[in-house]
This record gives sequence, C-alpha cells and structure tokens, in this order.
Amino acid sequence: MIRMSESAGSMQDREAVRSAARESDALAVERTLAGERDAFRVLVERHSQQLFRLAYRMTGNEHDAEEVVQEAFLRAYRNLGQFGSRANFGTWAYRIAANYAIDRMRQKRTEDARRSTPSSLAEEQEQDPLDLVPDERPTPDRLAGNTELRNKMEEALKELSSSERTAFVMRHWEGCAIEEIAAVLKSTTSAAKNTVFRSVQKLRRALEPYVGARGALQAKAAGAAPEPRGTQP
Amino acid sequence: MKHLTEEELIGYREGETTQREAIAEHLTSCSACRAELDRLEAVLHALDNLPVPERGPEYGRAVWQQIAPRLPDKAGRGWRTWLEPRRWVAIGAMAAIVIAAFVAGRWSKPKDSESPAASVAQVRERVLIVAVGEHLGKSEMVLMELANATPPAPGQKQINISAEQRRAEDLLDANRLYRETAKQDGDAALASVLDDLERVLMDVAHSPQEVTPAELDTIRQRIEAHGILFKVRVVGKELQEKQKTTNSAPAATESKARERNKA
Repeated sequence: MIRMSESAGSMQDREAVRSAARESDALAVERTLAGERDAFRVLVERHSQQLFRLAYRMTGNEHDAEEVVQEAFLRAYRNLGQFGSRANFGTWAYRIAANYAIDRMRQKRTEDARRSTPSSLAEEQEQDPLDLVPDERPTPDRLAGNTELRNKMEEALKELSSSERTAFVMRHWEGCAIEEIAAVLKSTTSAAKNTVFRSVQKLRRALEPYVGARGALQAKAAGAAPEPRGTQP
Repeated sequence: MKHLTEEELIGYREGETTQREAIAEHLTSCSACRAELDRLEAVLHALDNLPVPERGPEYGRAVWQQIAPRLPDKAGRGWRTWLEPRRWVAIGAMAAIVIAAFVAGRWSKPKDSESPAASVAQVRERVLIVAVGEHLGKSEMVLMELANATPPAPGQKQINISAEQRRAEDLLDANRLYRETAKQDGDAALASVLDDLERVLMDVAHSPQEVTPAELDTIRQRIEAHGILFKVRVVGKELQEKQKTTNSAPAATESKARERNKA
C-alpha cells in the first residue's frame, strides 16, 4: 500500500517536472519570437539528446545524426512562428527531425543506388549467411555486444525502407503513438500500423536465424513482457 | 486449435490489437504460439540492446555553438524571408528570363517547315540553356573559391566564408527552379546534376559564416565526395555545345534529351 502511494507520488512528481519543462519551453519560445535569440539556446540544450537518439536510430550513423539534429533546430527556429504555443515544443522538434531524417535517408539511398556496381552486389550476395551464425548461442545482451550480430542488425535495419525504419524506430524504441507515426509518415493510422507490422516482420525474418531459442528464453527472463506502448515523451 | 497469426502476435507485442485479452488467454494455453511470441521477443530484445553512441551532458551546448552562427536574426519568419530584397532580385531575374522566353517565342518567325508550337519550344529551350549555363557557371565559381580558399594566416583561427555562403543561398532558389524545369522536360541527367548541386549549395549555405580550417576541409571534402565540380563542368560544357547547335540548326529537343538520359 505504502509502495503504491509512493509510486503514485513519483508519477505525480514526474508529471509535475514534465509540465514545468513544457511551461519553460513555452516561455523560451515566446521570448525567442520576441527577438531574444539566446532564449532558443534553452530549447536546444534541453532537447538535443532526445533528437540525437532518434536521429541516430533512424540514420544509423553519427555524422548524419548530428546533421539531422542541427538541421531540425535550424528549421524549428526559422518556422517558430508556425508553432502553436499550446503544443509541446519537444514533440514538434521531434517531428521536424524525423521528417528531415526521412529525407536524408531517401537521398542517401538514391546516392548509394547510383554508386553501387554489379560486382559489389554480387560480392554481397555471395556471402554465406551461415558464416555469421555464432557457434554457441549467447544471451541477447552478449549478442548485442557481438560485432557480427550487431553488423547483422544494422544491415537488417538498413534493408528497411525509410518509412519502415521510421515507423519501427518511433514505435519500438521511442514508444510513439500510431497517430504520431502516421503524422510523420503523412499517412493514415491504419497505413502506419501496417508499416510498423511490415518492419517488425522483416527484421524478424532477417534476424531470427541469428537469435535462437535460447535468446528467446533470455528475453523472457529479462521481463520483456508485451506492454501497450505509450506516447512519445 | 487455431493458432495466432504473425500479424496478431506482432500487434499484441506492439500493443496495437483490439483483442488483447483473447490473445493473452490463448497464449496461456497454447505452447506453440507462446514459443512463437518468445522468438519474436528475442529478436526485438536483441535490437533493444543495439547501442546508441553516448552524447555527454555538454552535447546540447555543442549543438548550440554549431547552429548559433547560422540562425537568422529573427526567429519564425518562415515565408517572410521571401520578402527580403536580395530574394526579390533573384525572383526578378528569373521572371525576366521567363518573360523573355515568352516574348521571344511570340515574336520569332516560324520557318515554313516548322509548326509555331515547335518554334516556341525551341526558343524557350534556347533561353533556358543560356540561363542554366549561366547558373552553372556561377555555382562553379562559388565552389571553386571554396575549394581553393587560401589557408588562414598564422595566428588567424577562423576563415570568413560569408560571401560564398550568401551567394550559395541565392543560387539555391534558382537551382530549385531549374531542377524542377529539367524534371518536367524529362531531362533526367541535368535534373540529377542539379539535384547534387543543390545538396552541396545547401551544405555551404548552412555552414557558419566563419569556419575553422578543419571545418573548411570538411566542406571541401563534401564538394569532392559528390564530384560536383566535375559534373558541373561537364554539363556546362555540354550546354555550351548545345547552345551552339541550337543556334545553328535547331533540332528536335525531346529526342536529344532522351539520348542524353540514356547516356
């Protein structure tokens, strides 16, 4: 009982902190719009980490992720007049970053497709997937530390289309609501739901041979019980 | 017993199905479906452990330092930047080209063998060739200046590239218009080069006004990585040739564009 009231108390505290941050964000936005350029600094310093995490998971490399973060803030600053003061600045900037990351991924794909040669494709196809299967099946945590599996996971993520990767990152890692994902993908909620489904399905097909039944037991032991996903922070 | 589909399992795992209770009940009694869910969990759990590089507490400050020099004086102006005088100069120049193309098309006498529509199209193409050629020339100049910028004097830590940056920003608007026109005309090769050029111009336009030698090197590397200077020169040369050809003997434009796209 005591624990329950404590947990209710800490939830209230967290909500109070979030609400204070939102108010402080709103104030910073107002001051920036009034011509105080340095007020924008508060927003940049507060939300950079979150945007970097999203951008890195979407683009898969640090250089692009940093560029996405910077560009997202530049765009947010330029279009701050369009930002409704009642909205959450974090969510708004997050959406700008996600949109820019999608554009960036599409650009890169076009460039890569232009550069790729038949010989390099043939080399890729010749690689035997069995070579990548570890002899002993370690736990998922160890597997993630395993460079080969990590490469395999990164490759599998790269194989997703930019919409699928965005949907997966936003849903699985960032815990965004389907409506939020649909807004970024500029699609309907049912289309966004299908995109999440397709991404999980593709990742499963690509990675299941490398993450075996023992991994499944470890995942279960780690308490990865299915919980309905919340909304984006 | 009917087993759960993969879609239902994924939906359940991602918290998106309406029949959560029924699925949960099925999972308690069906070991096959439970094992299937465990395998799915294992993959997602492994992905959960994919690391994201750490960014220290100073990261936000570093981002601010990077973007602060690139921020306009006033926030939230959006479309109002189009009202800046220098934008009007670019827009005016573009409008003049379009009007010139239209007037030239109206007043040029079609040859007996040609239809008036074909003649107008040729004149329009000629004007565009001149305009795009000029645009590529200007872009080449900006990129050349950056590529060959003199290293800073001893003791000088920053290099001012604000002039190049502003010119790149001005060229961006024209570039977008020409790229769209090339796309509409089916000239994929030109559209592709203009697309590459746009990215490099955007990089330059979004750089700080004063850069360190290392930052200038990064900009140079980006220019080199795209091979854009070479592409711009080749297309510029090609346009010059085309200009000569269209002046002397105008020919069917679409077939030429198609040939070039094939190449």
